[in-house]
Amino acid sequence: MTFSFEIPLLVLLVTTAAGAILMKDLISSVFILGSYSFILALVWAWLGAVDVAFVEAVVGAGLATVFFLLTLFGIAPKDTQIRRPPPPLLALFGLPLLGLLLLYAMEDFPAFGDPRAQPSVHVSSDYLTNSLKDTETPNVVTAVLMDYRAFDTLIETAVIFTAGIACAMLLRSHRE
Amino acid sequence: MIHASDSIIVRTMSALLIPLIQLFALYVLVFGQFGPGGGFVGGVMLGTSLILGILVFGPEAAPCRLARKVVHGDGLGLIIFAGIGGLCLIGGGEFLNYANLEIPWIESETRRRFLGIHLTQIGVAVDIAVTAISIVFSLALVDDRGETHV
Repeated sequence: MTFSFEIPLLVLLVTTAAGAILMKDLISSVFILGSYSFILALVWAWLGAVDVAFVEAVVGAGLATVFFLLTLFGIAPKDTQIRRPPPPLLALFGLPLLGLLLLYAMEDFPAFGDPRAQPSVHVSSDYLTNSLKDTETPNVVTAVLMDYRAFDTLIETAVIFTAGIACAMLLRSHRE
Repeated sequence: MIHASDSIIVRTMSALLIPLIQLFALYVLVFGQFGPGGGFVGGVMLGTSLILGILVFGPEAAPCRLARKVVHGDGLGLIIFAGIGGLCLIGGGEFLNYANLEIPWIESETRRRFLGIHLTQIGVAVDIAVTAISIVFSLALVDDRGETHV
């Protein structure tokens, strides 16, 4: 039943990704990138990763688009029209070959949702069985992010703080 | 560089949507332990609602004046997050082990860990929201003469 749903999503994903790369006008490119993020969010939701889908929809389709547009409005109009040279011959033949190699390597991956796959038997079963008992938090993703791996999230927060400070230092340096 | 929008459709829809976005952001933030979402998404949505207000109503209106005050809280979220980790140290445990949060009227360890997750999520949300608004100010509110209106 899911088969009828995944093919159009993947076709749209590849189409929007190619469109964002091939566009001559950077502003159209940014809008197509926003729609790409939205379709990617649908793909995440279809895979069952609702938290990731939520972040992708809000950050990828919303906030990043606003940042890109503000940047584009801040530069000269002639810089938003770009000429793309034709790809070199090596890339034209080498990249499909690389894709074939990756598809060949994909044979060794465990099946999607396989409970006996290596990542599923390491610590995630512990998290799934104990998180409600340990933290009274039904959402396992929040429990893992905020409790079991709180160091990771703390440093992530520090990274985002640093990004804001770096933007302010670089872009507001005109002020005397 | 940003001017208030003239379109009455944009202004009316934004005035209707911004409170709804903020309400939904608070819902996502508070109920992040029971459904999808949490501090990160809630913070981004809180910041985005103010960014929408800045872009639509211009730099003289109330959202932008509020955002200018909000930007002074840069780093506050990080202090909340790390401070709760420090409170766990004071309680006699490891850094960020919420079971050692020293709160007198909460006895059970699981309840303390629940509360720790909740408070750190608020810290993350504050940090993300302030950073989003700060980056928009860095990008947009520099006019042609290179003067910043912050």
